[in-house]
Amino acid sequence: MSVSDIWDVLVLGVVLGSLYAVIAIGYTLVYGVLQLLNFAHSEVFMSGGYGGVIALTLVEPVADPSGLQSFGYVILGICAGALLGGLVAFGLEKAAYLPLRRRNAPRLVFLITAIGASFFLYNLAGKLFGRYPMPMPTMYENRKLFEIFGTSVSVTQLIIVVTALVMLLLVDFVVNRTKLGSGIRAVAQDPEVASLMGVNIDRVVSRTFVLGGLMGGVAGFLFGTNLQVEYTMGFLPGITAFAAAVLGGIGNVRGAMLGGLTLGVVEAFTVELWGDAWRYVGAFAVLILVLMFRPTGILGERVGRTA
Amino acid sequence: MSATTTARPAMSVAARLRRRRWYQQPRWQRLFAMVVLALVMTQVTGAQGVRGDLFAALQDNFTGTGLWIWLAIFVGIWLVREFLGEPLGRYASLAGRQVTGPARRVGDLVRGNRLYRWGGLALLLAFLIVLPLMVSTFWQQVMVDQVGMYVMVALGLNVVIGWAGMLDLGFIAFFAIGAYSAAYWTGGLPVDPPFEVNNFLAIPLAMVTCLIAGVLLGAPTLRLRGDYLAIVTLGFHEIVYLLAKNWSEFTGGTRGAPGLDRFSVDLGFWSYKWELDPQPYYWLQLGLVVVVLALFLRLEHSRVGRAWTAIREDEVAAAATGVNTVRFKLLAFAIGASTSGIAGVAYASKQGFINPEQFVVLMSVLALSYVVFGGMGSIPGVLLGTAILVWLPERLRDTVDPQDRFMYLGGLLVIMMIYRPQGLWPSKRRQHELKMAETGTGGADALGAQPGGGQA
Repeated sequence: MSVSDIWDVLVLGVVLGSLYAVIAIGYTLVYGVLQLLNFAHSEVFMSGGYGGVIALTLVEPVADPSGLQSFGYVILGICAGALLGGLVAFGLEKAAYLPLRRRNAPRLVFLITAIGASFFLYNLAGKLFGRYPMPMPTMYENRKLFEIFGTSVSVTQLIIVVTALVMLLLVDFVVNRTKLGSGIRAVAQDPEVASLMGVNIDRVVSRTFVLGGLMGGVAGFLFGTNLQVEYTMGFLPGITAFAAAVLGGIGNVRGAMLGGLTLGVVEAFTVELWGDAWRYVGAFAVLILVLMFRPTGILGERVGRTA
Repeated sequence: MSATTTARPAMSVAARLRRRRWYQQPRWQRLFAMVVLALVMTQVTGAQGVRGDLFAALQDNFTGTGLWIWLAIFVGIWLVREFLGEPLGRYASLAGRQVTGPARRVGDLVRGNRLYRWGGLALLLAFLIVLPLMVSTFWQQVMVDQVGMYVMVALGLNVVIGWAGMLDLGFIAFFAIGAYSAAYWTGGLPVDPPFEVNNFLAIPLAMVTCLIAGVLLGAPTLRLRGDYLAIVTLGFHEIVYLLAKNWSEFTGGTRGAPGLDRFSVDLGFWSYKWELDPQPYYWLQLGLVVVVLALFLRLEHSRVGRAWTAIREDEVAAAATGVNTVRFKLLAFAIGASTSGIAGVAYASKQGFINPEQFVVLMSVLALSYVVFGGMGSIPGVLLGTAILVWLPERLRDTVDPQDRFMYLGGLLVIMMIYRPQGLWPSKRRQHELKMAETGTGGADALGAQPGGGQA
C-alpha cells in the first residue's frame, strides 16, 4: 500500500465516518436521556433516505442543472430526509416507547419493542416502495472537484463531509448552549431531580428523539446520494453507528462524533486490506475489543457529565 | 352571606389551571392518534410496491376502499372507548370473571392432582405422537421443517430471555454454528474432519462448539451492562453470516454444503436411516424435544434456575447474597447457545444441505417473536407461541403476501410489549415480576437499571 493509497482510503474513511458520526448522535442522545438502545434508529436513517428519494422524484430534477439548481436540489433532499426522519422518530417515540415509559416497563420490554419496531418499519418501507435498491435522482454532475495529496475529492464526498460537519456543529450547539440542551443534559443526569426542577421530561424525551431523527434522516439522504436507497439499508450502518457511539462513550455527543470518524476510517482500511466482503467485520471487532478493554469508550459516558 | 349564595363551589386555582376547553381535551389527541393508526394500517394491509413507480402503492392505498374501512374501524373504536367505555368495561370484567372462575377451578384441580397432571401430559404426548398420521403431507412438512426446529430454538432462547432475562439477538448464529458443525463432522464441508462421525454423535460436538462460542462472546459482554449483549449478539450474528458466506475454503461460501448425511442408526443387528419422508423425522424431533424439555423442566426449579430468578428479580440483592451473577448469566447464555446448536444439527441433517442464506438475522427475530408471543419464561407458552406463529403464516399463505410476514411479526412484538408483555400463556412468576417491576420493585430482567428515568 503506497502513500497515495493511504490518502485515498483515508478520504473514503472520513466520508463514511462523518456519516456514522451523524447517525451515532441519534443513538447517543436517546441513550443519554432514556438509557435505551434505540434499535429502530437505523430505520429512522432509512426513512431519511426514502424522504430524499420521494422529494426529488416529486420535483423531477432537470436534466442539466445549473449550479444554483443543484444546490437547491441538495438542500431540498436534506430537508426532506430530515423531515421524514424526524417524523418517524417522533411517531416511534409516541406510539411505541411512551406507553412503556408511562408504565415504567422493564428494560427488556423496551429492547424487544425497539427490535420489533425496527422490523416493522423497514418491512413496511419495503412493502410500500418495493424491495429493490433505487438510486437517488441525479441532482448534479458528480465530478472530481479538487485534489488533496494526490487524492481526488468528488462533489458527493464534499457534500457529505460539509453537511455532516454542519449538522455536528449544530447538534453540539443545541446540546451545550440552548434551553432544550440543558433540559436534555438535566434529564440525562438525573430525571427525577430534573422533573422536580420543572423540566418537562416527556417533552424533552420527545424532542430528543426528534433531534436524533433529524440527524438520522439527513444521514440517510447523504448515504443514499453516495450509494443508493433500499429498505434494508439501515441495518448495517445502524449497527456500525451504534458501535461508534459505544466507542466514543455512549451518551457522550462529542464521543459519538469521534467514534464515528474512527470507525469510518477503520472500515475503509478493512475494505482496502481484506476486500469488500469484510466491510462490517472491522466495526464489530472494534466494538467487542472496546467492550473488553475500555467499556466506557474513549471520552467516557453520559451526556450530563461530560458534554 | 355572599359565600352561601354562590351557586357553584369555588374552584381551586389548580383545578382552574387544569380545566380544559372542549377542544383542548385529550380525547381529540386520541382521535388524532386513531386516525394516524388507521392510515398506517391502510399502508400495512395495502398494495405492494411496484418497481419503477415509487408512488404506485401509496396511490393505490389512498384511493382504495381500505382507507375508509380502517378509518371507520378506528374512529369506531375511539367512539366506543370515549363514550361507552365505562359500562362496557364493567360488563367485560363481569363476563371475564364468569369465564375465568370455572377455568381456574379446573386448572387448580389438574395442577393439584398428580394423577390428572401426569395423565394430561401423557394424553398430550400421545396426541402429538399420532398427530402426523392425521394431517396432510404439506402440514407434516411444516411440522418437521418449521415447528420441530423452531420449538427447539425457542426453548433455548427461552432460557436466555425468559429465565435469565437477557436479550440475545444472535441466537440463530449458534443455530448456524450447530448446522455447520454437523456438516463438518459428517464430512459435508470442503475441509475434511479428523474423523467422520454419525449425525447423532455430531450433536454433542456441535453443543460443545456452540458452548465455547457462547462463552467467548458472552464473557466480555456480560460483565458490562446487559443491554450491550443485545447489540453484540446482533453483530456476532452478522459476523457468523459473513464468515459462512465468504470463507469459501471452509464453509463452501454462498453455494453452501450440499449432500449432507442424514440421521442414521447402525447398531450392527439393527440399522435405520431417516430418508425424505417427514414422518420419521417428526418422531425423532419429538424425541429430542421431549428430552430437552425434561431437562429444562428440572432446570427451572433447580439451584441454577433459582439463581436466575434471583438475578432477574433483583440483581444487586442476588449478588449480595452470594449468587455469582456473571457466572450464572454466562451459564444461561451457554445453555441457550448449545440448545440452538442441537437444533442446528437436526436442521442440517434433515435438510441435507445448508447455505448462509438460511441463517440470516431475520430468523433470530423470528425466534424472539415466538418466545415473546407465547410468554417469556413459560415453557407451555413458548411451545404454544411457536406452534401458533408457525401455523398462522402457513394458513394465511394464500390471503397474505408471505413477504409481509416480518412486518406483521415486528408489529406483533410491539403490540405484545405494550399490551401483554407477559405473553399468551404467561408463567405466573414472570407475570408477577413484570408487574412488580412496573411499580418500582426489582428489574424483571438482568439488564441493570430501567430506562425512562422513572415514572414519566
